[in-house]
Amino acid sequence: MSDLFSKFDPIIAQRSALLESGLTDPFNLVMERVESPTVAICNGQRTILLGTYNYMGMTFDPDVIAAGKQALDEFGSGTTGSRVLNGTYRGHRECEAALMDFYAMDHAMVFSTGYQANLGVISTIAGKEDYVVLDIDSHASIYDGCALGNAQIVPFRHNDIEALEKRLKRIPDGAGKLVVLEGVYSMMGDVAPLKEMVAVAKANGAMVLVDEAHSMGFIGDNGRGVAEAQGVIDDVDFIIGTFSKSVGTVGGFCVSNHPKFEILRLVCRPYVFTASLPPSVVATAATSIRKLMGSADKRAHLWANSKRLHAGLKALGFKLGTDQPQSAIIAVLMPDLETGAAMWEALLHEGLYVNLARPPATPAGMTLLRCSLCALHSEEQVGEILGMFAAAGRATGCIS
Amino acid sequence: MSDRQQTLAKVLELIAPFNKKGVTVGEATRFAQDLEWDSLTVLDFVATIEDEFDVLISMNMQAEIETVGQLIDALEKLKA
Repeated sequence: MSDLFSKFDPIIAQRSALLESGLTDPFNLVMERVESPTVAICNGQRTILLGTYNYMGMTFDPDVIAAGKQALDEFGSGTTGSRVLNGTYRGHRECEAALMDFYAMDHAMVFSTGYQANLGVISTIAGKEDYVVLDIDSHASIYDGCALGNAQIVPFRHNDIEALEKRLKRIPDGAGKLVVLEGVYSMMGDVAPLKEMVAVAKANGAMVLVDEAHSMGFIGDNGRGVAEAQGVIDDVDFIIGTFSKSVGTVGGFCVSNHPKFEILRLVCRPYVFTASLPPSVVATAATSIRKLMGSADKRAHLWANSKRLHAGLKALGFKLGTDQPQSAIIAVLMPDLETGAAMWEALLHEGLYVNLARPPATPAGMTLLRCSLCALHSEEQVGEILGMFAAAGRATGCIS
Repeated sequence: MSDRQQTLAKVLELIAPFNKKGVTVGEATRFAQDLEWDSLTVLDFVATIEDEFDVLISMNMQAEIETVGQLIDALEKLKA
């Protein structure tokens, strides 16, 4: 029978073929218990977590947990309303104040997810006559923001400064221009040349939005991200971020110094027409953000973990997404989806969880085993992880 | 040669290096189905066309362009 679901037939067929081979479903894992930011029980087995984006390990921080419990007791389980109606509690304001202090910026707006932050800000500021120039490997939320606002989408080759400049120069005179970049690209874990790209964007009269979802708390002297590390944060008009990675809960935000920024609260549909975050979530986020300001030691340990895992995997003979470690993400390149799924399952049997990433989320049709490190992974755990990769790699024939 | 014919000749010349399957290309040739280009090939080809004709072809416009003939039409409009 043909109906509206017929368009999904190819992916249904691909999925059943994969599962019929007897493999564990890589997209249906259940964590039965979570012991810490780095260990969970999956299928009854103790499993080291290496694919959680929990970069700074804040999910079990005692102060963060205490703040969440107190907010639950004092403000209840949910707001049951939009930010612009009954959904702004003291905690939402305190969370926005924490973000303004963290980034040293004038304005902060909290959304219910990071996806909605990109969707909301991009769709609201870039309309039908405006041009959004973006990296081809941009996150789905960025493309969806462009589509929702009906903006003209102009992609350029990944991290190609000259390609960005050429496109900016061809935009018709008088049209609005927004350049959208990411600090760290989450699939390969590589960093954008923001110093050059932000300069090119500004020289051509464009506003600049940088998504720092995968760098907050970790990259830059104050953990403000790649724009801080490369010294161009003052030239960035909007920074988008999330609470579901280093901050350790859920939610999204935009910070900015634009004098008219606050009007977005009234005109941004993904902000207005959805319920606000629960009080416990904004309380945990605010506490976590303030603690991340003084986490230089944890940042140093996370860098050490990233460097050691990168060097170790390379020495074992795995092909990696970057020549040098550039972030807390290390992508291990797999030859195809079948081998990737087999390797993913072998690692799970060893007691290690990583993300299996495949098209369309990945660039150039690649299959990746994506590893994201945590500042709370101990030196012993990184050693264990390398041992597991060695065993699983040999068992599946990925390495000799 | 008319303007349109010149544009067509140039576009055919620029398609050649991307035509890995050796498909015979005419105005009715479809980029996705006949040439079987993936998104990265499309990106590189569009960049080549943009550089040659000094125009900008947004993704929104690309969505409307399925065949070589439609690309020529779009380029004639953009150059005008």
